[in-house]
Amino acid sequence: MGKDAHTPDAAASVDFEQVQSTGQFQELRKRHRSFVFPMAVAFLLWYFAYVLLADYAVGFMSTKVWGNINIGLILGLLQFVSTFAITGWYVHYSNKRLDPIAAEIRNEIEGHEFDKHGNRVGEVNK
Amino acid sequence: MIGIATAVDVAALKETTLLNMGVFALFVAVTMVIVFRASRNNKTAADYYAAGRSFTGSQNGTAIAGDYLSAASFLGITGAIAINGYDGFMYSIGFLVAWLVALLLVAELLRNTGKFTMADVLSFRLKQRPVRIAAAISTLAVCFFYLLAQMAGAGSLISLLLGISDWGGQALVIIVVGALMIMYVLIGGMKGTTWVQIIKAVLLIAGAAVMTLWVLAIYGFNLSSLLGAAVETANNPAVLNPGLQYGKTETSKLDFMSLGLALVLGTAALPHVLMRFYTVPTAKEARKSVVWAIWLIGLFYLFTLVLGYGAAALVGPETIRTAPGGVNAAAPLLAFHLGGPLLLGFISAVAFATILAVVAGLTITAAASFAHDIYASVISKGKADADTEVKVARRTVVVIGVLAILGGILANGQNVAFLVALAFAVAASANLPTIVYSLFWRKFTTQGAVWSMYGGLGAAIILIIFSPVVSGGATSMIKDANFALFPLSNPGIVSIPLAFFLGWLGTTLDKKREDSAKQAEMEVRSLTGVGAEKAVNH
Repeated sequence: MGKDAHTPDAAASVDFEQVQSTGQFQELRKRHRSFVFPMAVAFLLWYFAYVLLADYAVGFMSTKVWGNINIGLILGLLQFVSTFAITGWYVHYSNKRLDPIAAEIRNEIEGHEFDKHGNRVGEVNK
Repeated sequence: MIGIATAVDVAALKETTLLNMGVFALFVAVTMVIVFRASRNNKTAADYYAAGRSFTGSQNGTAIAGDYLSAASFLGITGAIAINGYDGFMYSIGFLVAWLVALLLVAELLRNTGKFTMADVLSFRLKQRPVRIAAAISTLAVCFFYLLAQMAGAGSLISLLLGISDWGGQALVIIVVGALMIMYVLIGGMKGTTWVQIIKAVLLIAGAAVMTLWVLAIYGFNLSSLLGAAVETANNPAVLNPGLQYGKTETSKLDFMSLGLALVLGTAALPHVLMRFYTVPTAKEARKSVVWAIWLIGLFYLFTLVLGYGAAALVGPETIRTAPGGVNAAAPLLAFHLGGPLLLGFISAVAFATILAVVAGLTITAAASFAHDIYASVISKGKADADTEVKVARRTVVVIGVLAILGGILANGQNVAFLVALAFAVAASANLPTIVYSLFWRKFTTQGAVWSMYGGLGAAIILIIFSPVVSGGATSMIKDANFALFPLSNPGIVSIPLAFFLGWLGTTLDKKREDSAKQAEMEVRSLTGVGAEKAVNH
């Protein structure tokens, strides 16, 4: 395919399979997946636990804690808190652990293209 | 002010019509000028569909919030909380938590690999034609459901503001709203549409903030007394507990699960939200936009909790239920109670603007998908130049606009948040499995994508047709017939797992293997941003 999904200049002559097999890229992939997958599982479990409680544990959720504020409302508001917290955590993680290595790989590809034989060729005019 | 408007006199609302129209006309005039100014640089396809990729993360984040905080969020959720109490709050939570799926799994990877539409990403390493057609069809279907919801919101608002349930009058205003929307999109393209979203988001969040503070001030900034007052007015302590709407039977409990699933998995699969990620220059800005959007949307949903219980306490569920516009009228009625005609005028104008802006966003998405995925890639087999493609997109805008107007005239009375939840279910079933598989599963094949998209889309739509939403119930669209074979009103709990399963099955049974070089290219590009579409310089 190619033609209508990306610009022809940067990617046309790059051997992506070779880039994919480099340790550096494998490390980036590992770092990305080892954060987003467990985190996605965690927040989905926490969300569905909340939905199940609201659905099937009405008595528990209706327990008043302080004035008219019940456990259901507190857990609901905690969903907001956890969403904000995970957002902040992910941004911090990306800035520290993902962006630098991604930028490095990008510069290498755009600066010294990998040719089909796996050798790095000289500077490419851009 | 509060003293003057202690009781909501629905008849008195009519007197404010002129004021409402004035505020609305002002919004239209101001945004029109901005759209004209923004459209001067609309030359290329990247300009028209993706605003030249020139927006910053915070601008785009605000626009995403503008796109997402539709009439469903404002009118629908406030109304749902006012009437059904805690069960309405569930919408807010699902709609917000869903953004984590977009943030962690989709936004940046999509920005790095695509160009204009969702289909760009889905067909990246699979066979172009079948995948593109399937993705475009599901985009059009989701946009259609979403449009229906927005137009139903417009209908509710109009019947409240003009105090008419007269079919002709409502139809006329829907035509005016639709015609304005067509103008915005034709002239402004994505850039104009984005500016309309930004202005509208700021107005909506500011308006909701003022009302929230006002309600809280009445109860001495004590949430507990606000809740107490809601219980007192509703004369029902259960408004604070889960289950008022969904806890009645085992079937309705299952329906609640189904809704919860559709809400959390739908957002990251909404084509008009996905398309917004292309309006920023880099993946990092795409991430920033989601972060902005999460904060703005989260804040707004906290407001709706106060507004919903505020409407329950100050206006009362009975008054809301019997007002013209029904459930969807809770927020405007609360505004009238608080600030009289002036605040009502402002809030209604904002709600109108909300509908207008969201409809514009949906329309440009549907038009881009038709022109870019079906016309340019399939009908003309990639031979059409960008100018022709944009021309086709503009024509599609007019067609979709007319369809939206017709749909809006027909759709009425249902809770808007509920209708939008159906659009979420369709999106989560038809799109999400393929998005996730194609980004993260190396072995995923064309057959898996096609099975999953058509299977998910078909299952969701068939289940909706045979659900109590369409027939057999007191609030169904067709009251006189009963072909509700499927007991749940939201299909998500069946159609979403089915679509994931079909994606896996189609891939496992596929004898063909996909190009591993393409897979490598997609993976490297999605994570590093190599060769990603750059911003257009003028």
